[in-house]
Amino acid sequence: MITVERLTKRYGGHPAVDDVSFTCEPGTVTGFLGPNGAGKSTTMRMICGLTPPTTGSATVGGTPYRRLGNPGRHVGVLLDASAQHSGRTGREVLSLAAITMGIDTREVPKALDRVGLNAVAGKRRVKAYSLGMRQRLGLALALLGDPAVLILDEPANGLDPEGIYWMRGLLRDFADRGGTVLLSSHLLREVEAVADRLVVIGAGKVVAQGDKAELLAQTGTLVRAADPAALALMLERAGLTGTRTTDGGVVVPTGSEVIGRAAADAGLVLLELRPAGSGGLEQMFLTLTAGDSVKEAVR
Amino acid sequence: MTAVLETQTPSVRSESGRPVPLGRLTVVELRKLADTRAGLWLLIVIGLATVGTSAIMLGWATDAEQTFEGLFGFGMLPSAVLLPVLGILSMTAEWSQRTALTTFTLVPARERVIVAKLAAGVIIAIASTVATLALAAVANLLAGALGGDGGWDIAGSLIWQGLAMQVLYVLMGLGFGALLLNSPLAIVAFFALPTVWTILGETIKALRTATGWIDINTTTTAMGEANMTGDEWARVGVSAAIWVLVPLALGIWRVLRREVS
Repeated sequence: MITVERLTKRYGGHPAVDDVSFTCEPGTVTGFLGPNGAGKSTTMRMICGLTPPTTGSATVGGTPYRRLGNPGRHVGVLLDASAQHSGRTGREVLSLAAITMGIDTREVPKALDRVGLNAVAGKRRVKAYSLGMRQRLGLALALLGDPAVLILDEPANGLDPEGIYWMRGLLRDFADRGGTVLLSSHLLREVEAVADRLVVIGAGKVVAQGDKAELLAQTGTLVRAADPAALALMLERAGLTGTRTTDGGVVVPTGSEVIGRAAADAGLVLLELRPAGSGGLEQMFLTLTAGDSVKEAVR
Repeated sequence: MTAVLETQTPSVRSESGRPVPLGRLTVVELRKLADTRAGLWLLIVIGLATVGTSAIMLGWATDAEQTFEGLFGFGMLPSAVLLPVLGILSMTAEWSQRTALTTFTLVPARERVIVAKLAAGVIIAIASTVATLALAAVANLLAGALGGDGGWDIAGSLIWQGLAMQVLYVLMGLGFGALLLNSPLAIVAFFALPTVWTILGETIKALRTATGWIDINTTTTAMGEANMTGDEWARVGVSAAIWVLVPLALGIWRVLRREVS
């Protein structure tokens, strides 16, 4: 269980994370979504006690991270797969962590095997690893202490489609056995496939959070007409504002009946009228966070 | 690739209180000194250079100079110069290679990691002194067989003073590393700054008295000669406070506060 309460981090006057609160329950995967620079990594670093928050607090299993005596045995953390000494072998990276956590180093080959790295890969230096292999090594490190909570920042980066599929299975299984997973991404599709809950963050603020199904249900109606111009006119007359999708449809934040009636009254031919689902969530995601990615801060 | 998943249930354990023991952390820090290419080669070079000092003594020194004491004194030189670099890398690599992210995630009490690094530094300094003693003994046996003096007399103070000097310089390296958190910068500063001070002290008359107390290169010269006086120890103490304690204190403060990203 992860509890984040009103976390705020300011750099100078600029709030990188602004009053963020959410909880991750055991048995669930929480997707932490937002464009680059939205404050996902800063929030995760604050949860893990690496960055002191300006205000607010976070606990893991009811305890602030920094007060966990041997945190590796409770929380598996992967914040940046590239943050490993390039001159150390993969096996050595895990051995150091194992000794620190008080785990038999004979577990290390098993841990490597669990993430699909064989003995040859284990003996190679991290310098020779691809980003995908580094992510696997990072996951092995996170899972090494047999934790109850996983905190993963963009773990799918650099994994091939097969690797992403494998990771989803691993996280799903971890949660199904009662574990808590917090997983960040800037790609909605990637998280949608595995998450039970979503927390969407933009410009440091939580812009939406809740059950994935609920969020998907709330995102409005997708409508497509034979005559797009007439549809736009009709929506305007009905006082509805829609957002255009890339493939010519319009997502309108209302139920399908309202639009259907308005279209019938206007004698408009509709080609498509359905709940917007993830397409709507993506639209919302883009709208709510528009412009943030270009302003991505360099610290 | 497929992977076998373990079947036990993940659950937060109740025994969350006990921190990672310092002994375990020290073992980890010692291991980190030698488990990278840079660290391992540095140790190999120190070993070869120390063997080299014995070879030079046996090959070129006068017969009278080929004693256990002489071999030990000269043999301490390579490790006195190069071991501090290992200390520097121990601190800086965490940040330049960004392993601090893993280290401080596994051990949020950063001061414990720092203490383990200092302990590892002291242990490696002791180990190198012991190794140098052993090597000097072997070389001395050879010296005796090859017609050199081969005398075994050594002032006990020389061993302790040599050990103290090794520890001092390794701690100075750790201090510079922690303060600057950047490998090339810390290595250059470690070698250049004291030397610059030595040159200044020798050129500028007004600084000469101060140099006798502040210049660590000058004050530690006495550590290579038997039976240091109280005055000499005091001078070592003052210079060490400036070159070892101050960087170490500021460096630890910096590491404790710095945001890890």
